[in-house]
Amino acid sequence: MTSLWRRPAVRKTVIVLALLVVWEAVTRWAASPLLFPTASSVLAAFGRSIVNGEVPGYAAQSLKVLLTGMAIGGALALALTTVAVTTRIGAEFLETVTAMFNPLPAIALMPLALLWFGLGVKSLIFVIIHSVLWPMSLNTYTGFVTVPQTLRRVGQNFGLSGWRLVAGILLPAAFPYILSGIKIGWAFAWRTIIAAEMVFGVAGSQGGLGWFIYQNRFEMNTDLVFAGLLTVILIGLLVENLFFKWLERKTVLRWGMSAAH
Amino acid sequence: MTDLLRVRGVTISYPTENGLFTAVDDVTFSVGRGEKFILLGPSGCGKSTLLKSVAGFMPPARGTVELDGRSVSRPGPDRVVVFQEFDQLLPWKTVLGNVVYPLRVAKRMDEAAARREAERFLGMVGLDRFADSYPHQLSGGMKQRAAIARSLALDPAMLLMDEPFASLDALTRRKMQEELLTIWEATRKTILFVTHSIQEAVILGDRILILSRGPGRVRRLVDNPAAGQRDTDAALAMQREIQETLGE
Repeated sequence: MTSLWRRPAVRKTVIVLALLVVWEAVTRWAASPLLFPTASSVLAAFGRSIVNGEVPGYAAQSLKVLLTGMAIGGALALALTTVAVTTRIGAEFLETVTAMFNPLPAIALMPLALLWFGLGVKSLIFVIIHSVLWPMSLNTYTGFVTVPQTLRRVGQNFGLSGWRLVAGILLPAAFPYILSGIKIGWAFAWRTIIAAEMVFGVAGSQGGLGWFIYQNRFEMNTDLVFAGLLTVILIGLLVENLFFKWLERKTVLRWGMSAAH
Repeated sequence: MTDLLRVRGVTISYPTENGLFTAVDDVTFSVGRGEKFILLGPSGCGKSTLLKSVAGFMPPARGTVELDGRSVSRPGPDRVVVFQEFDQLLPWKTVLGNVVYPLRVAKRMDEAAARREAERFLGMVGLDRFADSYPHQLSGGMKQRAAIARSLALDPAMLLMDEPFASLDALTRRKMQEELLTIWEATRKTILFVTHSIQEAVILGDRILILSRGPGRVRRLVDNPAAGQRDTDAALAMQREIQETLGE
């Protein structure tokens, strides 16, 4: 028992269970199910909406849009930083635009996105790109400029220059920074898309998780609202604790390159 | 002996906070084919800068660097550098991958040929058992061996060694010097070697160019009859002679 208690995962599970018990007790005793449903009814609603395929469908839609936005944003970040690291004007351009746009919350761009792209996936992708492009560019660029001069020279010594030096040496050498840029980008994008879907609503036949939450609030299915929030939390945790941990084990940890920050 | 490398009237300066700094002033020397040539001097004498200029990393302000009659203007795999820093290996590649990669990109070898070549040279430096290790798992001496294997595999016209053993402990350093001599016996590669250690210069160099400090100028060029010897009378006499030149 004591040896089990020493494991952080066990203690954290106990904390979660305790919170669930408190939730259940408080809501049974004092709350209206319309405003704050019990833990058990939320879990039941969550289970139902998983089994009937509703939540997985909405989640898949959110993830699809998010990954499209991240892929485009990542490609743009790579192009921007490649130019920035090979030319001086490119560096000054990158510094200027990231300084301008990085503090601008993606949500603030939504009216403009509506105006330009209308209601739909394009608008969502636009705000996702905005939310990931600047942090990913900043991290990648920091990674590029902190690559030891020796490694750059080794690459030049092999006859590499321009984009071949970037692809062959700088990109892998800066990978700890790039990875942390992707992690920050994911966190921003995940928060942004849930919020943006509430504004843009459903586009075409399938909406995302944000829309699922919003719509169920409208219909006063509070247990489903909570189930939607639970899904947002779970997907966030899974990506951060399983996917990124796995990626780190396969890359920076294996290479002995300590994570940048 | 025909000259492979000709350095003529080379002056190298670069901008610093206090204006233009001249690191190397009007240096001329030639390195023969198959020769082990040492650039020796106190720290700050511009010997590393001179090597970087031969490597093509720092174009001279005046003068010319010619390899085999062709002017050197940029880095290239015909002059491979072994650096002092341990981080010269690509940390994301295994030891084998570190040797294979430049063969693929610089020599356009196919994977199988590059692997064969890489394994041969890793065997030469005694790293065959560590081919699948990552650089961070190696000791400093092993990292430098891997860097030497990588350089040799590229089969450059000359090997440029920038204090490659300076960060190693005394015992490892001694061992590496012996191994470099053995490798040189087997390959007869032309070597330009930078060091501030008089002892190392005498053990390794056929000829030793002694540079003076700030800005680096040629002090004296000495033929070293004690090349390959350690602690013999000839070697000790040579060391004393160089010591006196530097102390003047």
